Order: sequence, then structure tokens, then C-alpha cells
Amino acid sequence: MTTRLFGEPVRRREDPRLLTGGGRYLDDIGKGAFEAAFVRSPHAHAVIRDIDVSAAIDVEGLVAIYTWEDLPARLAEPLPLLIPHPALTHGRTAHPLARDVVRHVGEPVVMVVARDRYLAEDVCALIEVDYEPLTPVVGIERARRAETLVHRDVPGNVGAHLVQEVRSATGLGAREAIEAAPYRLEFGLDIERSAATPLEGRGVHARWDAGDRSLRVHSSTQTSTSVRMAIAAKLGLPLPQVEVVAPDVGGGFGVKIVHPWPEEVLVPWAAMLLGHEVRWTEDRREHFVSSAHERAQAHHVRVGFDDRGRVLGLDVTILHDHGAYTPYGIIVPIITSTQLPGPYRLGAYRVEFSSLYTNTVQVTPYRGAGRPQAVFCMERTMDRIARHLGLDRTAVREANFIQPEEFPYDQGLTFQDGRPLIYDSGDYPASLRMLKELVGWDDFPALRERAAGQGRRLGIGIGCYVEGTGVGPYEGGHVQITSDGRVHVSTGLTSQGQGHETVFAQITASELGVPIERVSVVTGDTRRFGYAVGTFASRAAVMSGNAIALACGKVREKALRIASDALEADPGDLEIVDGVVRVVGSPGAGLPLATVAVLSNPLRYAFDAEAGRATQFAGTPSPDRPPVAEGDEPGLEGRGYYSPIRSTFASGMHAAIVETDPLTAEIRILRYAVVHDCGNLINPMIVEGQIHGGVAQGVGGALYERMVYDEHGQLLNASFMDFLMPYATEVPHVETAHLRTPSPLNPLGVKGAGEAGVIPVSAVIASAVEDAEGIRIDRMPISPSELFDLRRSASPDRRTGQTGSATSLLRNTQ
Amino acid sequence: MRDIAITLTVNGVVRRVTVPGRRLLSDCLRHDLGLTGTHVGCEHGVCGCCTVLFDGRPVRSCLMFAASADGHEVTTVEGLAEPDGTLSPVQRAFAECHGLQCGFCTPGFLCTVTALLRDNPAPGEEEVVEGLSGNLCRCTGYQNIVRAVHRAAEILAEER
Repeated sequence: MTTRLFGEPVRRREDPRLLTGGGRYLDDIGKGAFEAAFVRSPHAHAVIRDIDVSAAIDVEGLVAIYTWEDLPARLAEPLPLLIPHPALTHGRTAHPLARDVVRHVGEPVVMVVARDRYLAEDVCALIEVDYEPLTPVVGIERARRAETLVHRDVPGNVGAHLVQEVRSATGLGAREAIEAAPYRLEFGLDIERSAATPLEGRGVHARWDAGDRSLRVHSSTQTSTSVRMAIAAKLGLPLPQVEVVAPDVGGGFGVKIVHPWPEEVLVPWAAMLLGHEVRWTEDRREHFVSSAHERAQAHHVRVGFDDRGRVLGLDVTILHDHGAYTPYGIIVPIITSTQLPGPYRLGAYRVEFSSLYTNTVQVTPYRGAGRPQAVFCMERTMDRIARHLGLDRTAVREANFIQPEEFPYDQGLTFQDGRPLIYDSGDYPASLRMLKELVGWDDFPALRERAAGQGRRLGIGIGCYVEGTGVGPYEGGHVQITSDGRVHVSTGLTSQGQGHETVFAQITASELGVPIERVSVVTGDTRRFGYAVGTFASRAAVMSGNAIALACGKVREKALRIASDALEADPGDLEIVDGVVRVVGSPGAGLPLATVAVLSNPLRYAFDAEAGRATQFAGTPSPDRPPVAEGDEPGLEGRGYYSPIRSTFASGMHAAIVETDPLTAEIRILRYAVVHDCGNLINPMIVEGQIHGGVAQGVGGALYERMVYDEHGQLLNASFMDFLMPYATEVPHVETAHLRTPSPLNPLGVKGAGEAGVIPVSAVIASAVEDAEGIRIDRMPISPSELFDLRRSASPDRRTGQTGSATSLLRNTQ
Repeated sequence: MRDIAITLTVNGVVRRVTVPGRRLLSDCLRHDLGLTGTHVGCEHGVCGCCTVLFDGRPVRSCLMFAASADGHEVTTVEGLAEPDGTLSPVQRAFAECHGLQCGFCTPGFLCTVTALLRDNPAPGEEEVVEGLSGNLCRCTGYQNIVRAVHRAAEILAEER
């Protein structure tokens, strides 16, 4: 048994149950519960004229049918706008069930509750909704033209408009700096829609206890504490009467941070009305058309630079498609805007976005959350500059890097948490050196030449990013040692496969000096810990990790204080080794933490021999002092909260070697290399797993996955048969190397690692395909048929040539 | 809808259950027999989460009616470990190689790999990747799953 576990590849404590069918996911809960199903809009934009349920009411097993008109006042209101922002002047959210108008295919119109899901779907099929179709707005271009409005009271379909500008050291605005630069380029860059697509969809189960008027809700959510508050508010219940538990969750990747989903308030409401457990489990088609998407953005870039490739001015205009509603505010385009500068010191920077309504599924953060678009923008720009100047792509990046001695580095922008965007630590030149070595950057020309000799076409690409992780406002942790020596840890944020039970136990074992076998961790259960924000933005290890470490510190201090009395030693001379408090360097005479726990809780009643030691005639406490000292509390437990002044900034660089088939245009990734810096690693095995998974999602987004809407707003590929998630056959082997620049902002020196893998992949693959083909790649994802078409149709100004001889460039002669 | 009484052997135990004709095998296992380790990720036969061993062969239980399983043998993830709880070599290898994260797709992979290694105890890299190519995982990027298959093959060879 060891207690120094921080930094070790400790095997996951979640695995035994998940490997044996012992996991407990949402649809595993509530045997015998009624089940809900929804009638969802088949139209992208329509007025609801009438809902006729007469053909449905005789179905045997039907329990209830609800429409918007049945909802009580608070539930009938639009759902909350979770993150208001002054620039979001026209935020709009949906009603739990559509009221009068539907604005995307999949919007819920009628809720049916029946004895089981089969019957509920039978009922749904018999309900007739009379729609008057309206013209839908699909795609950024039609949204911008605004010939039709998604919301009648939102002119121009513009939900939000925001400009941020950082002037140059000499006081120039970005546009002035670009005009004054020796070289300038202007181009467009687009990314299409994709989605988080966890293998378990959303789901809710609710049980109402009419006897004590309490509600217990399970939800496949990334934030149980906030779902709890939303349910209490929407259903008018006192907060202590509502508990929300996130059970095992089959992946989230961002989509499950949105809340309350319509189903998260409707299912508990129905359970209360019916006095019976109700469950709703999302099916795959529902997930495609009624949860959330991300990524779609169009970017217009203007850049001015000098002959070393240093960016003197960058001006980016973004059109963001946020779908039909804005429950999560404008976090995605804010992150794109603010993370776009990446590891670079830009002369002057201006970014402007318009966030537009369309009659499509709403857009909320998906792993990476606007950063893949930002990195695509910045890194494609770096490649453009390199081609223009005939420089190596890595040399241009190097020329622009923030240097290690420049930290903390203030980018002069306001980040997604409303706080200044100040990078805390990093070493970008070292990261690039490691990457070049790992992928063999300098040897690639020879490799390419050899391959060309065999008729093969190879290209190499690169992408760098900086990622703000661990956003506030806070997380908390509770640590309790009971008189059996067990250590119980809880934190409010939730888990979706990140291995929190393991890493938080590692932190606890290390901080307390106890064997990890005695530590158990609970996450996402409001019965255990009520204050939390949630799991998103690569924040769990930073936020809850540090909160738990702080809680451990309090418990440790108390344990040493109690033990110092019993051992008649100074607390400063004590240590905890393998769960025993002892005088430093004197193994043997010590007090097990189990005993300390007994002594920490003065008792009147003995229920076992251990407890007897803490009773009032056992003779331990001094008769001159109260059993619990003033300001003290019974029990060996502590609570810690970590609330950082701002985010901590992880970074990384990826490179890929791809092969494109000269005939079929198939794109194959031969090598994929990652250098990753998330500060101190708590569990390197888990960090690597996060990177692998992120890269795989990135590969999906770069080469396979997209949401294909037709002009009527129908999602044409709403199934796994047509939305091409990569299998093992499509994902490359990922080679990783770690750089460690600990964060100075938190006690553990950690930075987030959850999203990193996915962030630069589209940029890297575009860079590599462009290098292989000599044709500019400025929209992603790219399929073989798109590359095939590009080859046939690329105009001369799109052809970059292999040697950096660019044709579309302007030499500024002023 | 007519209910049908069926008898099937699940994880070595004979089970009798009455199901509507349209009940999927996946729903029958999960909700009628309480074996919730078999997961449902798409209900259209693409993701592979619901894979079980049907007379020893990996099949997608969401593409079969429970009634079709009458008289057949089914092994689910709950039946892979030894009766005393000792994890199977495939299960152990997945834990050792960090071949799972959220665990939702894992039961399908475990059943698939169990059959794969029974038929081909020492698969090459391509055979492993091909063998896994009917199961989706959104968390791991497959790299550690591939590693786990090789490791399981090693353990099986050691213990043979």
C-alpha cells in the first residue's frame, strides 16, 4: 500500500463495476417506472394550429398526455437563459413544450406518459398536430440575409454582436496595423456543424414521495446541483425537498451541461402529478434533433505581417450559427474570439462576431467549445503567412510565440468567465521543439520524396493552441474520516468517464497519508454535496481537485491537533503515514486515524468498543474544558472550497502526417503526434486517455462528422448510419509527449486536460492535406469527394504549389 | 398485441419470460430480466453497445426480437466473469490498459472481444482493428482498447 499516489498511473477504481455490468446509468434506474415519449416537430418552422389527441386516448397503457396549455405558470414560461451577457441583446429560449410556434425539427410539442416506452410511442404516433409551415432559415448565409426571421421580434436574426479589440504597443488599432504592415492577406475560413454525441443520450428519472413531499431526480447531466436548483424553482418546491443525482453517465462532452432540458422539468412534474415514478430515456434520433450541436462558424480574416512572419495586425469577423435558441448564451463565439490568439503575441487584434438565429437545433458547447474554430482560424493564418513568405511553417510560429519569461502574459481580452485573459504559465518554444522531434518534422521532406518516388502523396501539418481551463466560480470538497478508518470524499461536480473517483482518491491519499483502498469518492450527488457548478471547460481536476486537497488539509490539521493531545507531542512533530499519526521518524508508537476519528466526536452512547473510548466516563477529555471546544466541531471532517482568481491556461501542439490517394482522394493519417502541457499530472494514464479520446473526436470532426441540413431544415443524417462517427479503423495511433509547466494559480499546480485533444485537429489535418495536395484548404471537415472536387475545380489562386510560391498575395506598396 | 412465452438460457441460467412480440431482445434483457449491463446506444444496429453473445456469436441485441431468442443461449457482460467474481482475461486487460472511460460502450466491446479471441487467440494488429470495427466508442479513441485486446490475448496464452 502506498499513499504517495499523486502523479502515478493508478488503475481506475470505476472499472470493476463498469466491466461487469454493474454500472448504473439512467435507463437502468426505476424498474416499473412509467415512461415518457415526445411528439416532436417534423417542421423546422411552423405555427401549431391544433393538437388532436382523440385517436390516441384509447391506447391501452396510456397514462397522460400533456401539451403547453397543461403546464402550470412557471413551467409554461420559457426555459432559463443560463448565461446572460450584455452583448446578447436578443436572447431567446424555448418553452418546455412548444407554444404556438416550433422553430426546429425535433422541438418537443406533446409529452406522453404510458406504462412503457413502446406504448408511449404508439400514442405519439396517433396524436395529430396541425401545422402551418413557415419558411425556415437554414445556414449562416440565409440567416444573415434575414429575408425570413426565426423569431419575429429579433431583427436581422441577430441574437448578439460583440467586438473586442487590443491595440498594438504603439497604439494602433488592428485595421490600422494591417494597413501599415509590409504584407497583408485576406481570406475566409469555415467550419461545419457537428455534435458531442455521447453514446448514452440524455435521460431523466423522477420519484416523488407524496408522504414527505420530496422529489428525487436522476439525470444524465453534467451538473446535478444546478439541475436541482432549476427544478426547485420551476416546480415551486423548497430546495431541501429536491435531490438530484447524476448516476454513471455514458459520456457528456458538453451537451449535458445544458439545463434544465425540457425533459428535466417535465418528467419530475409528471411524477408529482401522477404519484408514480416516471422515466424518459432519449433515443438516438431524439439526440440528433433535440439536444444541441456546435462548431458551425464562418470566419473572415485579414492579417498584416512583417518579413519574418510576425503578425502586426489581425482582424477577424465571425458569423456564428447558434440555432433556434440561446439557452447557454454566447459562450462559444466568446471562446473562439478570445482563444484565437493562441500561443502568439499579436501586434494588434480585433475580433467581431455576430451570433445568428437559424431554424436548426440550438448550439451549445461541445468539447473544445469554440476553440477548434479559433485554432483553425489562427493556424490556417500562420500557414498562409509561411507560404507567402516561403518560410517553414514552424519558423513563422516561433517568430510569434510568447516567450517563457513573459508569463504571466495578458492578452488584453475578457475571457468566457468575465475575467481578464492572462496566461499563467507555459513554454511554447520548448513545446514546439518537442513536437518537431516527436513527429520528425525536419526529416519529413526526405520522407515525402521517398514516398513520391513510389507514387504516394504525403503531407505534414501542425497546429498549436492555448486552452483556458478550470474556470470558476468555484468547486468544493468534503472529506470525512469515520471511526472505522474509512475516508469518505464528496464533491458536487459530476463525472462522465473522466476517472474522478480515481484521481480524487489519489489526491486524498497523498494529502492525508492514507491508503487509497480506504478512500471512496462520490461525485454529482446533491445528497452528499450541494454546492457546485459542474463539469465542463476542463475544470474538474483543477477545481474539485484543489478543493478536495484543501479539505484534506483541514482534516489533517485537525487529526494532528487531536492526536497531539493523546500522544502528548507537538502537532508540528507529527506526521501521518499509512493512516497512522505518529511522531516524525518514530514508527511504532502512533494513533490510527480511526482512533483519532473516535476521539474527535465526544459521545454519550457507546455502540461498539471503539465508540466506548469517546464516551463521557472513558476519562480521555479534561474535566476543565467543554467536550467540544469553542469554535470546534465534532467529527473528523473538513470542507474546502477552491475559487480561483481566473482560469489556468493549458497548451499543446499537434502534428500529423497524412497520405492522400492520388486517384480516390481518400485521406489517411499515417502519424499523429501530440505534445501536451497540463501542468502537473495527477494520473498520466488518465490524461493520455483523455488526449486519445479528444484526438479521435477531432479526427471525426476533421474528416467524417457533419450535420447535413437541407434547405427545409430537415437534418438528413440523424442516425449513426449517416453521421459518420469514426470506428477503430479510422482513428490513428496517437504518440504523446508531456511538457510540464505547473500552474502558479492553484496549490496542486494542475491545469485542465479534458478537452485538449480535440482542439487543434481540424487545423492540423487541413494543414497536412494542404501540404500534400498543394491546394488551399479553408473549410472543414473535408471528405474524399470534396477533396476530389477541389482537385478538379481549384482555381489557380487556390493552388499553393509545394514550394510556397503563393499567387494570391498582396505586397503592400504604400 | 399477442404476448409470447419464451425460454432462453442467459449466462447459464434458464429464464422464462412472457414478452410482447415486438419486444427487442435488448429491452427484454435489460428490463424484463434486470440485466442492465447490456446498453442501448442507437437502436439501429450501428454502435454495438448492445452486443451480446448469442449461441456464442456476437450479435446486436437491439436488432433482434426477444421472441427470436426462444430456446437459445445468451451471454451478457454480467456472464463474462467467473462465478466467483474473478474477472475474465478480457475484462482484466481492459482495466489494465485503461480501455474504458465512461463505460457505456464497454459491455459491447467485451462481448465482441471475447468472441474475437476465442476464434483467433493471437490476432495481428489489423485483425484486432478490423475485429473492433463494429463497435463505437466516443471516449477512448480506441488506442487503449486495441492495446487491451493484445493484452487479453497474452493473458489467455499465459493461462492456457
